[in-house]
Amino acid sequence: MKFLRPLINGIWKENPILVLMIGLCPTLAVSTAAINGIYMGLAATFVLAGSNLIISLIRKWVPDQVRIPIFITIIAAFVTVVDMVMHAYVPEMYKILGIFIPLIVVNCIILGRAEAFAYQNGPIESLGDGIGMGIGFTLILLILGSIRELLGNGTIFGFQIMPVTYKPVLLMILPPGAFLTIGFLQALQRYRGGKE
Amino acid sequence: MFSHLLLLFIGALLVNNILLIRFIALCAFFGVSNSMSTSIGMGMAVTFVMVLTSSVTWILWNFVLVPLHLEYLQISVFILTIAALVQFVELFLKKNSPSLYRAMGIYLPLITTNCAILAVAFIHVSSNFNFIETIVYTIGVSGGYTLAIVMFAGIRERLASAPVPRAFQGYPLAFITASLMSLAFLGFKGLFGL
Amino acid sequence: MDQKLYVSAPPHIRSDTDAKFLMRQVIIALLAPTVAGVIFFGGRALLILVISVLSSIFWQRLMIYIKKEKRPLDGSEVVTGLLIGLNLSPLVPWWIPVVGTFIAIVLAKELFGGLGFNIFNPALIARAFLLASWPMEMTTWAAPFTGVTQATPLALLKLQHVSTPYISLFLGNRGGCIGETSVLALLIGAAYLFYKGVIDWRTPIPYILTVGVLSLIFGQDPLFHMMSGGLVLGAFFMATDYTTTPVTKSGRIIFGIGCGVITILIRLFGGYPEGVSYSILFMNAMTPLIDRWTIPKPFGYRVERRRV
Repeated sequence: MKFLRPLINGIWKENPILVLMIGLCPTLAVSTAAINGIYMGLAATFVLAGSNLIISLIRKWVPDQVRIPIFITIIAAFVTVVDMVMHAYVPEMYKILGIFIPLIVVNCIILGRAEAFAYQNGPIESLGDGIGMGIGFTLILLILGSIRELLGNGTIFGFQIMPVTYKPVLLMILPPGAFLTIGFLQALQRYRGGKE
Repeated sequence: MFSHLLLLFIGALLVNNILLIRFIALCAFFGVSNSMSTSIGMGMAVTFVMVLTSSVTWILWNFVLVPLHLEYLQISVFILTIAALVQFVELFLKKNSPSLYRAMGIYLPLITTNCAILAVAFIHVSSNFNFIETIVYTIGVSGGYTLAIVMFAGIRERLASAPVPRAFQGYPLAFITASLMSLAFLGFKGLFGL
Repeated sequence: MDQKLYVSAPPHIRSDTDAKFLMRQVIIALLAPTVAGVIFFGGRALLILVISVLSSIFWQRLMIYIKKEKRPLDGSEVVTGLLIGLNLSPLVPWWIPVVGTFIAIVLAKELFGGLGFNIFNPALIARAFLLASWPMEMTTWAAPFTGVTQATPLALLKLQHVSTPYISLFLGNRGGCIGETSVLALLIGAAYLFYKGVIDWRTPIPYILTVGVLSLIFGQDPLFHMMSGGLVLGAFFMATDYTTTPVTKSGRIIFGIGCGVITILIRLFGGYPEGVSYSILFMNAMTPLIDRWTIPKPFGYRVERRRV
């Protein structure tokens, strides 16, 4: 329970992108295809879970005044690890995600969770929170990527879904399509929320 | 040389607009753009800090990290440098220029986690810009940032009083507006072969 | 939720009949390029125009139904539909105008609060959306009378350095969108709107002149640039839209000049042969700022300032 509650909370009720409106940049930039979303999401989840855990473990020894630089250093270390691992093992994906991998370090979700959750809670809850937030982030990336890939290319994960006669809406995989998709997703979430 | 720099500048300003085409630094774009004055303040603050941090990170990269073979520390060093510089600017302005501090001060803490600042540092390193190119590029990026955020704030102020369908009020419509702005910026695609 | 209580940013629609009257004038004026387009491009062009207008009315009715409003159609959807049709090649597939009018009516207009609140010109958003999504379908042009595919004069100039004679440009005997080719017909329509006092010279004239002057500066043929592409159609019928352009007089001039600069920038140095729609859209986004900077000072304002 200690682990699960924050996990579910992060995935749904406080979904970082749709509800908290943070961590937008990579969401919009890399969601041109579903597979990009998975990789980006996993990278961020790893950094979130790792930094949450470490920060929560050392939180009693961190002086209040210098906590932010310490958090940033820890996060930067995890991001460096992800950056190097992806560069070495999935070089093509690394090229597609490009600058957004090192930019995880300034992703507001991560510092925000360190400050708002890990600094105040035990390591197990913090790990749960990190993984939950990470999965919530990944899910949105996956949904956004799938919608854009389906409409803009007729495929999901590269598999042809739409009939061959379908003329893909190229705009959906261009920058305006990203803003458009997330605007409609948010309106949908709000519309459903308003009904309940 | 001059035309090369001009192309670099226009490319950063319009063709690859950092907000509308590259999707960097969007949190603040949606967060502070509901009023014109805060957008202008944010644009000024970003421009000022970005030029400063680009120059410092350029020097650090070319004269410290590369000679010492510490390239792998790039992420940590850059983010800590930026955080420290922003703190320093804040203190400096508070002490020496209260009026400027009043105009930009409240935006400075937001800037530490503004991805645009860090992104420009990564881009000038990966593109191997020399110092002048770095400065021109940085001014182009921050000019594009200011242009987009001020335009967006003007539109959002007008939209504030429109009878928008309820599910779309606020952020959803802001995203759709950004989408249409981004569509207008697509017209610059391929400008000067960029 | 009483709609009357909303105070919109200017320009305010004064009354329902007024909007209807203006829209009727614009439709009458657009008949000239419509007839010219049908003469040059035949039944296929007529079909595209009819589909555009009908689907536009359909989307508008659907939105009124979904929003549970009891407002009658104001004629603006006919103008939007007609403009979208006139901005298409006669060779586009039938579903292009249907999607285009959906984008214009639903996305660019109704989501923003309906007529009078939209930020961008709906017909131009539709055109830019279609062009970005289906570039192949959107840039296959027909030669007049024969229906054989042919490039537009601007594309010919940009890609093959072939110039088109003035007389063809003026009468409309050239490849292009249904409604943009005949400068003569467009001028007749524009003259009607001027006569009725519907449009202001302050946007279209500076717009076209800026294009002429800048093309001269860059060593191009100014008359060619002023008559080709969608410039005349865009300047008189789309850069003059009340809702999406500045209200102030000086603001309108700035708007026109801005459009001209961006049009030439895109035509001469950009990735696309034509920049009229993008330039108007960009200036649409600038409109709230232009209005803000050019708002006239209240009477006696300077005297007040001096005393302080």
